[in-house]
Amino acid sequence: MSEPLLELKNVTIRFGGLTAISGFDLHIGDRELIGLIGPNGAGKTTAFNLITGVYQPTEGAIHFAGRTTLGQRPYQIAKRGIARTFQNIRLFGSMNVFDNVRTAVQVHRSHGIRDALVRMGGFRRGEADVEKQVMELLEIFSLHKQRDEMAKSLPYGDQRRLEIVRALATKPKLLLLDEPAAGMNPTEKVELMKLIRFVQEKFGLAVLLVEHDMKVVMGICERIAVLDYGLKIGEGTPAEIQKNPKVIAAYLGQEAEHA
Amino acid sequence: MMHIGAKRSLLTAILIAVVVSLFSAHFNRYYRDVAIDVAINIILAVSLNLILGHTGQFSLGHAGFMAVGGYIAAKITLVFGVTAVAWAQPLIFLGALLVGGIVAALAGLAVGVPSLRLRGDYLAIVTLGFGEIIRVIFQTSETFGAATGLVAIPKWTTLGWGFGIAAITVYVVGCLVNSTYGRGFIAVHDDEIAAGAMGINPVRYKVTAFVIGAFFAGVAGGLYAHQKTTLSPGGFDFMKSIDIVVMVILGGMGNTAGVIAAAVILTVVQEPLRALGPLRMVVFALIIIVLMMLRPQGLFSFGKKKGASA
Amino acid sequence: MHWLQQLTNGLALGSIYALIALGYTMVYGVLRFINFAHSDVLMLGAFSAFYLAPKMEAIFGPQSAIGALVIIVLAAAICAAIGILIELLAYRPLRKRPKLTVLITAIGVSLFIEFTCQHGAVFGAATKPFPKLLPTRELHFAGIEMASNDLLVLVLTAVLLVAMWFIVQRTKMGMAIRAVSFNEQAASLMGVNVNRVISFTFGLGSALAAVAGIFYAMRAPGIEPLMGVQPGIRAFIAAVLGGIGNLPGAALGGLLLGVLETVAGGIPGVSNYRDGIAFAILILILIFRPAGLLGKAMIEKV
Repeated sequence: MSEPLLELKNVTIRFGGLTAISGFDLHIGDRELIGLIGPNGAGKTTAFNLITGVYQPTEGAIHFAGRTTLGQRPYQIAKRGIARTFQNIRLFGSMNVFDNVRTAVQVHRSHGIRDALVRMGGFRRGEADVEKQVMELLEIFSLHKQRDEMAKSLPYGDQRRLEIVRALATKPKLLLLDEPAAGMNPTEKVELMKLIRFVQEKFGLAVLLVEHDMKVVMGICERIAVLDYGLKIGEGTPAEIQKNPKVIAAYLGQEAEHA
Repeated sequence: MMHIGAKRSLLTAILIAVVVSLFSAHFNRYYRDVAIDVAINIILAVSLNLILGHTGQFSLGHAGFMAVGGYIAAKITLVFGVTAVAWAQPLIFLGALLVGGIVAALAGLAVGVPSLRLRGDYLAIVTLGFGEIIRVIFQTSETFGAATGLVAIPKWTTLGWGFGIAAITVYVVGCLVNSTYGRGFIAVHDDEIAAGAMGINPVRYKVTAFVIGAFFAGVAGGLYAHQKTTLSPGGFDFMKSIDIVVMVILGGMGNTAGVIAAAVILTVVQEPLRALGPLRMVVFALIIIVLMMLRPQGLFSFGKKKGASA
Repeated sequence: MHWLQQLTNGLALGSIYALIALGYTMVYGVLRFINFAHSDVLMLGAFSAFYLAPKMEAIFGPQSAIGALVIIVLAAAICAAIGILIELLAYRPLRKRPKLTVLITAIGVSLFIEFTCQHGAVFGAATKPFPKLLPTRELHFAGIEMASNDLLVLVLTAVLLVAMWFIVQRTKMGMAIRAVSFNEQAASLMGVNVNRVISFTFGLGSALAAVAGIFYAMRAPGIEPLMGVQPGIRAFIAAVLGGIGNLPGAALGGLLLGVLETVAGGIPGVSNYRDGIAFAILILILIFRPAGLLGKAMIEKV
């Protein structure tokens, strides 16, 4: 494999006395679809927050496309091509579906504050172009009919999909999905996974998928990393992970609690 | 799309304002003055709406920026304008208003950058303090008339100036917000973290909104100075800032039409309200509390959510 | 020993700021917003004492120590009740709403208290002379002159700060307050009654504000319904200076701000801008050390 798109080296973060993630190594290549799994509280979302610059690691290094992301603010990292969704859906509540996506096209818009005020031809062309981009994305996810509905009034599953559309609108190289299938029924989950696969191929993205449900991730990921109590306890192909005794132990404990 | 005709509406509005202004000598003086107050308050409320309503940053210093703009503009007119030939006076007035606005915007930058870089809620307390400091500065500065303030400012603010600039303010704020660029303000209002994850720099948007808002507050201050013809440091106290906040809250945060309506109504009823004395502020306080509890979207939004209208 | 004189004066003023700042910082800790009405609770504390004083004088005689103590305790209890009531009526219904809504409501509550009290039927807008609760003497030692009241304020503040430390660090309720400050959701999952903790926090903070209000009134020319605004803002700045949410920080910030203001007030030329010093400090701290002197950067949950 050539130089990885994203590389985490020995990343550790402590909150006060609590070590949330410890010595975490991970690399993601171009167009790879990687799963990150682990029981509740294993540090999956914390890993996302480290990659996207919401948290700064206490130790370790994070490189994206060959350059470090340390010290950069989330918006800078987003501009460099890392987009994400949130576990607890964070759509823009006072905007409709269309505007939620339109806001995210920001990063690549050709017209700015001056055009917005002067409103010459460049502005109109720019806005028309934005509209086209947004509608194309919405159509892929069959959300175009709801373009004028308030984002928060959509059904739960549609909200999750809208978050993915919004993330894609930033034209990322790496897409981080934080439990995108949470709250969906098994059929919806299968549909969503197919869609993720499709999007990954169509847009040529790398995807890092955090998922609680091991079966879902097994279906589509090429490689899977497993976190437990902030430590990586395994990494490999779905088949390898299924046989990994540490992973089984971690998940068995989990299953027992759930039953 | 939405605002193809925005520029045309702006020009029409300015034209009407100027034409009406030409006949203003025939109007009852009292009503004319109230109308000019309406225009000034529209500018103040719509510009604060950009900060508080659209971007969600609580500023308690709008009167402070108004004071900066007013004092600077009045001083410029007093030094250069009074002796100038008649044809140059409108130009000097325009220049004075612009400089007043720019100085207010710079003050906004100085106040906004340190407080908006961090948690937004510091802005409330910093702007509160800023208003006080501005008062102290003008009160102690001999250049600006110290405690007496500035007097004999020419009465240059007409209906045309007032409503012309009010139209420009509405246009600028409306066009900014109703563009792809401007969705960023509302994104920051809704969820700063999500906005950041979409590549939007929240600090930049907050500071931009704050500086533009401060600019128009400064211009409004200039108009106010040339309407009242006297300025005193006491005229721009904290209560004036609260008046503007109430206009925005009553009209509905982020709802430009509602905010304009609230500015008009509160200005027209200000005389009867003034008769209430200190009770006026009790009424305002109750308006704030009750609206926040029961109708945070304001009185004048019907079913429409914030951001849906300009 | 001019500077030593300034220092003691500054400490006396600063300890009042510290008492007020504790209330801001505790509420900020549990609810993450600026309780603008805190400065008005302080004013209500002073007015409670104002109206209690003649009655206590009738019972305990003029300027008796027990009378003063009873006044302070009663005023603190009244204000604790008011603080709890404010939270219950105005802030609790908005707990799940955007922070901006709560912040605006807090300003509304503050204005409501201030201007209702200004009405003639309540306290009236005019400044009233504050009664002498205790006999005052000028104390002299080591060349420093100090009003006995100032010394008392210093000592009482020190006692209250120690008591606060004890409550927060050594009692069950204190532990619950710290837990809610750290993570409200986790605390409630652990069986902490979050509503009770928040009520207690408002009550405790408001009681301290009442004591501070009385001390402040003892030094001021008189009391009026807007008297809380200035010390209130300064105390908030003190809380930010020390690190918002941090209790020792609030105490340190208050003392520091009091000393700085007093010292600056004694420098000719600067004294005109004495009111601006607190804000200059606030701006500087926001630029260079936003977490405050003792605070740690706060991490927002995502």
